[in-house]
Order: sequence, then C-alpha cells, then structure tokens
Amino acid sequence: MAIREGEVQEFTLEQLKHLVSERALRGETVLLNVGPQHPSTHGVLRLLVELDGETIVSVVPDIGYLHTGIEKHCESKTYTKIIPLTDRIDYLSPMSNNLAYVMAVEKLMGVEVPLRAQYIRVILTELQRIASHLVWLGTHALDIAAMSVFLYCFRERELILDIFEMVSGQRMMVSYFRVGGLWRDVPEGFEEAVRAFLKLMPARINEYERLLKRNPLWLQRTKGVGVISPEDAIAWGVTGPSLRGSGVNYDVRKAQPYSSYDHFEFDVPLGENGDVYDRFMVRIEEMRQSLRIIDQALRRLPRGPYITPDRKVTPPPKEELAWSMEALIHHFKFWTEGFSPPPGEVYHAVESPRGEFGVYINSDGSPRPRRVHFRAPSFVNLQALPIMAKGGLVADLVAIIGSIDIVLGEIDR
Amino acid sequence: MPDGILLEYVPILTLILVGLGIGGVALIAPQLLAPKRPSRRKQLPYESGMIPIGPAQRRFPVKFYLIALLFILFDIEIIFFYPWALQVRSLKTLALVEMGLFVLILLIGYIYAWRKGAFEWER
Amino acid sequence: MAPFLVEAAIKSLILVLLLLTGFAYLTLAERKLIADFQARIGPNRAGPYGLLQPLADAVKLFFKEDFIPEYADRVLFVLAPLITLIPTLLIFAVIPFGPELTLFGYRTRLQLTDVHVGVLYIVAVTSISVYGITLAGWASNNKYALLGGIRASAQMISYELAMGLAIVSVVLTTGTLQVSGIVEAQRNGWLIFLQPVAAVIFFITGLAEIKRAPFDLVEAEQELTAGYLTEYSSMKFALFFMSEYVKMIGFGALMTTFFLGGYLGPFVDLYPGLGVVYFTLKVGFLIFVLIWLRATLPRIRYDQLMSLGWKVLLPLSLANVMGTAVVVALTA
Repeated sequence: MAIREGEVQEFTLEQLKHLVSERALRGETVLLNVGPQHPSTHGVLRLLVELDGETIVSVVPDIGYLHTGIEKHCESKTYTKIIPLTDRIDYLSPMSNNLAYVMAVEKLMGVEVPLRAQYIRVILTELQRIASHLVWLGTHALDIAAMSVFLYCFRERELILDIFEMVSGQRMMVSYFRVGGLWRDVPEGFEEAVRAFLKLMPARINEYERLLKRNPLWLQRTKGVGVISPEDAIAWGVTGPSLRGSGVNYDVRKAQPYSSYDHFEFDVPLGENGDVYDRFMVRIEEMRQSLRIIDQALRRLPRGPYITPDRKVTPPPKEELAWSMEALIHHFKFWTEGFSPPPGEVYHAVESPRGEFGVYINSDGSPRPRRVHFRAPSFVNLQALPIMAKGGLVADLVAIIGSIDIVLGEIDR
Repeated sequence: MPDGILLEYVPILTLILVGLGIGGVALIAPQLLAPKRPSRRKQLPYESGMIPIGPAQRRFPVKFYLIALLFILFDIEIIFFYPWALQVRSLKTLALVEMGLFVLILLIGYIYAWRKGAFEWER
Repeated sequence: MAPFLVEAAIKSLILVLLLLTGFAYLTLAERKLIADFQARIGPNRAGPYGLLQPLADAVKLFFKEDFIPEYADRVLFVLAPLITLIPTLLIFAVIPFGPELTLFGYRTRLQLTDVHVGVLYIVAVTSISVYGITLAGWASNNKYALLGGIRASAQMISYELAMGLAIVSVVLTTGTLQVSGIVEAQRNGWLIFLQPVAAVIFFITGLAEIKRAPFDLVEAEQELTAGYLTEYSSMKFALFFMSEYVKMIGFGALMTTFFLGGYLGPFVDLYPGLGVVYFTLKVGFLIFVLIWLRATLPRIRYDQLMSLGWKVLLPLSLANVMGTAVVVALTA
C-alpha cells in the first residue's frame, strides 16, 4: 500500500509482538527507534531498541533502507562492466571489493595474473584498509564524543585518496582492478607518494593511539563494553577485526593466501576480551601491519606487465588498433559482447577491512553471469550486535555499533 | 541607597523582568516573522525518522526516585553546613565537635546507602 | 526610592545586553577555536573572520518555523526555555565585575546587588535551571527528549552535593557569605592556592552543572540525537542555546570569583577600571579551557558520572570541609 503525503502509517505493539519482550507489551519497557535518521548508526540502519530506563533489554536491527539492487543488476552486465558496481557495495573499501570480484572471475577462467599486478593490488588494498580504518576510527571516536580525532583521521585519509586518484583518476569509486591485472600501470610519482605516506603515517597512528589509549574516559567507555565470546563470534559468523578482537586467529590473508600475500611478513593482531577496546586496539595494530606489508611490497615491486597478455579477458593495446584489423574487431567484440567464462560456479574471498568479503559467481557460459552474490562482512557482523548490546546502556550501544564498523551499502547491497 | 535588607533583592526583580522581556520577545517574534506550515508528519515526535511506537511518558525505573530521595536527604544536611561555616571562627572547638558528630551520623547513613548498593547503577 | 529603581533597571538592562553579546560571540569563538583544534578554518563567510556569523544565525532562527509537536504539553513546552534562561541570568546579579568606582561623577559598584547571603543565593539559583531542562524533556513527549531530561536531573543530583560542599570550604576560609567579601578576602592570595581540592571539585562539578563536555550527556547528539532539545526549533531552541552559553560565562565568573580572586590584580586599587579587565581575562581563560576540553575529551557514561559524583567527589569534598574547619578553628 502506497503512503501518500501527509498520511501516517502507525505501528501498534501488537504488530511487533514477535520482536519484543512480554514486558514491552505490558508497557513496562519503552520501544525506541534508533535510526534510520540517527547520527550514530553509520548510515541508514534502524534499530528497534527496547529500553528499561536506559538499560537495553533487546536490540532488533532492521535493514534495507539503502537497498541498491547491485546483485540483481550484475546479472544484466558483462563481466568487465560489473567492476564499477562492486565499488559501490562497501563504499569505504572499493579496492577490496574490486579485488574480490576480479579474483573470483580469474579463478573461474583460470587466468594468471602477472606478479607486478599482484603486488600493486596488495599495496592498494592495504592502503584501502588503512583508509577504511581511519574512517572507522574517526567516526567511532566521534560517537563517543572525542570529536577532534575525527578530523585528524580524515586529514590522513585524504593522502590515501590522493594516491587513489593518481592511479585510477577517482578518489573513491576507483574501479582500478581488471580481470587479469590492472586498468593501467601505476603512474610516475606513485612510489614516491606511497613512500612519503609510509614515512608520515607511523607517527600519526601513534598520535591517535596516545589521544585515546591514555584517556581514562575513553578506557571507561570501551573496556568491558560490548563483550562477545569467541564461541558466540564464531557461531554468528563474525569475521574480520570484530572476530579477532575476541581472540580468534582467522584472517583470510593468512588462512587462504591470495594475490601473493604469502610473500610478505606480517602479524595478525589479536584481542583477548572481545570488548570494544580490544576491537579498537586490533584495528589500530592492523594499520601498522598494513604499513609493514606496503613497505615490503613496494621494496620488492617487480617490473613487468601490469595485466595478463591473455586476449580472452584483456582488450588489445590501443596502439595495435591503428594497424591491425583483427585487433580492431577484437576490441569491438570485447567491449560490446564481453567474454564468456566456462559454465560453473566459483567463490572467492578476500580480507576486506571489515572481514571476509566473498564473491560467488554462477556462470552459464554466457557473457553475463547468471547470479552474483556478495558475502558482505558487515551484514554478518551486524547479527552479533544484539548479543553485544544486551544489558548495556544506550551510550554503550553507540560505542558498540562503532566498534563493529558496519557499512550500510554493504549490508543492503 | 535606601536601607532595608530586602531592598537589596530589588535589582534581582528588575533582572527577572528584563529576562522575561528578552524571553518574551524571543518567543513572540517567530510567531510574527516565521512561516507556519504545519502537517501531521511534521508534528509527530521525532524518533529517528520513524513513527513512534507508544507514548514517551511512561513508567520510569524506581531507581531514579531512589537516587533523588537520597539527594534530598543529603542536600538538606549540606545546607546546615553554611551557617556553621560562618560561626566556626567564633565557636572554635565546640563547633568542631558538634559538626564532627553531625558528620559522623551523616557518614553512617552514607555508608549504609553505599553498602546497600544505592550508588550502584545496575547495568 | 525612584533613583534606586532606575539604577537597578539600567544596570539589569546593561547586564543582560552584555550577556547577550557575550553569548553571541562566544558561539563564534567556540566554533573558531574548535576549528583550530581540529585543523579546520571554521566560519569565515559572514563578514571578516566570520564576525557577522552570530548575527546571521540569529536572523535565521527568527525566521524558522516555530512549531509545537502534536503530543507535547503545550504550556510547559513554551515555558521550559524561560525557566531555563532566567535563573541562568540571575547568577550574574551578585557577581562583582569590578571594585567600586566613580562613573560620570556617580559612585557605583560594578555589581547588580551585593546580597548579604550571596553564596546561598548562588547555590539556590544555579539549581533551578535544571527544572527547565527536565520539563522540556517531559513536555516534548519524545523518547529521546525524555531520556535527556531524566539524565539532566540524575546528573544534577549527583554532582550538586559535592559542589555545595566545595562552596562551604570557600565560606569556611573566607568567613563570609557575601560575594564581594569573598573577593576582598582574596587580597592576600587567591583561594585556588588555599583550597586546591575545593577548586578542582568545583571545576569538575561546575562542568557537570553547565553540561559541558565531558558531561554533556543531556544532549549527547550521538546517543539521543539532541536530547531535551530534540523537538525545539526556532527561538525556543535559541533560548536554550543562549542559556547554555550564558551558563558557560556564569561558570567562568563564579570560578573566578570564588577561586581566582575575582577582579583583583596588580594596580587595581589605583585604577579600578582595571578590575573589569582582569575579571574578563580570567573568565575568558576559563571559557577557553572549557572549549579545549570539549574538543579533546570523550563523553562520560551516565552511570560513571553518578558513581563519580557519589563515590568520589562527595566523600572527598566532605573530608576537605572537615579538614578546613579544623585548620580554621585552630588558627582563628
């Protein structure tokens, strides 16, 4: 039923009785909507919160306010043209999404990726992880009202976005990775820019850490808040820093190394108590580890092609179009029709800043996928929110949402 | 300036009047200047963009009232400190002993309330 | 009688106008300072350095739709801003801004009225404005606002005891309830040096009293969208906003008067006008500290605030009072 302007559709308690406790029906507790228009739900998440005074009795997340239909949309696009759609799933880590998607297609078609492309992919996705964690840190601190950290984080994130703009021409929606490699080689000045960032960043991370870790108010607000046990975290399918905060050592980069991650040395930081503070520390430490990986990859960055020579998935080089009729025809066919992977299905996961980001592709042998599904870590991690928040106070809820680091674009897809 | 102890409160009265004036202007001016386009949706209480479920003015946990009661008790007792504070200089040891006893009784109540968990905010 | 009334009226009017100007430029100062702390520029469009920004804000608020939500208690909803604002203004009635001086051949005191029990008056008046906030939360009939209102009263009762006792220490040390007497008693040394514990307690509880960070739980926008202010718009909102900033000035003024020697300073007896300058500088410094804290600190959770008030500040201030009393009684 469509709602016209001025008309108001009211809910009654009766309609919600499967979601709330007996006490709410008797009027002893209050049902409060937190979101979709709320400063701390990181987008358009709605939470139906049952409150006893300020104590949380239960939380029911309600999603779908940012549904974009990306998965369905993929079914009508050729494999190459899906890449820009993946940027928009988790808009804070387009590089990771690109990577997961192109690697899934590569797996489906058995394409080899040149080492240089793999290393550059690693550098960029790790930069992306830092950028995403900076947004997380800034907004998380802002939620607990440490407002200055927010702008400091965004100041450093700008540097990363500048690097992205340098390589891809775009700051956020990069679409830089291609099936078989990259869109183009990194431009001149890329290595210098990354080096400059590597030099600056460790001091800045220390600064954020000092601003918060030595602040007794911050410790009071985060320690022992939003605890989730390792068993619960695993049972609910939580991945990424939120899982590692509970002390479970699972990182896709180590568990199923991809894109040459096994060439680099890095540690997987783990928490102990599974509270907001541990998740905070895990992410701070992850930024340092990312710097380590970037440093190694940059030092050992090999020369060579940036994309596979396999013409099945790569358009011919531009200069060839000037003299080769075959190349011209191939170019035309590639961009109008696309390429057709063999029939079958494939799943590939990467460690996105938020956890295990997986792509499932079901191909029927045509140039367009039959079905694409994205395993969005935020979507799965959000399920653990009710467990973490139960029994806490309203102020804790805000801290917990921040500590799970959700992106609504990814949840609703 | 005329004498009389209550006269020193007259300026406070004028200050209240001036404050009321400023407040009155602030409350009335938008009625004349600002647009008025009420609609049902606009006038609903804001609850993050959703239509509220149930009224806001409900029962509230008794905990709040308990703390409020404790406050009233202690606050009244603290008011007794003011006249005493002025007289300590002249009464010396007598004032000290008397207030010591008073504070002792106060402390017994305070420790009792603490042990009873009145200051623990159940989470 | 008549000239006395006229004097009182003129002084009141000047005082309120000064406070209004102070409020307007305090909003700008806060935005500019926080921008500096955060490596931003801050408002710079309206006039040079954004100096006309407060004016632009005021004009905007005057022309904003001023509506009352459907389920609100209309009378209380309209009264609440006034109940908050007026007690806030009243704090300034007993604060001496400077020593006695001669203005236009007319001997006058830079103080609206020097009530004999000024300290008690301050304690009374500062507690009233919380009614406005709690009533605003209640009258809005909005769950966020109600939570904000309840928080306001819970917060008030948790710190007010310690604050009262900190002031008792001041009274003990100076031996007077008259505000001008307290200032004059500090000629030999500011009370912050004699009563450091009381000064710290007063500062912390004062922060909670005026609901500034890290004790701004009442409007905690990240949790309660805007707390008790959620349903307020237009000038009703502005009145709350005004009382909040005037309270900041009031806090600075009280802290200055009680602990930082008020208008006292070098050469103030030779040039009484200097007293006003000293007073303004001290208040300005305290306000700067308030803004600095807001840019730096996370917000305390409200059960933590309660236990801070009841379990730490209250016993500490009680011990301080008794200790001071022993010293005063033995040395008197």
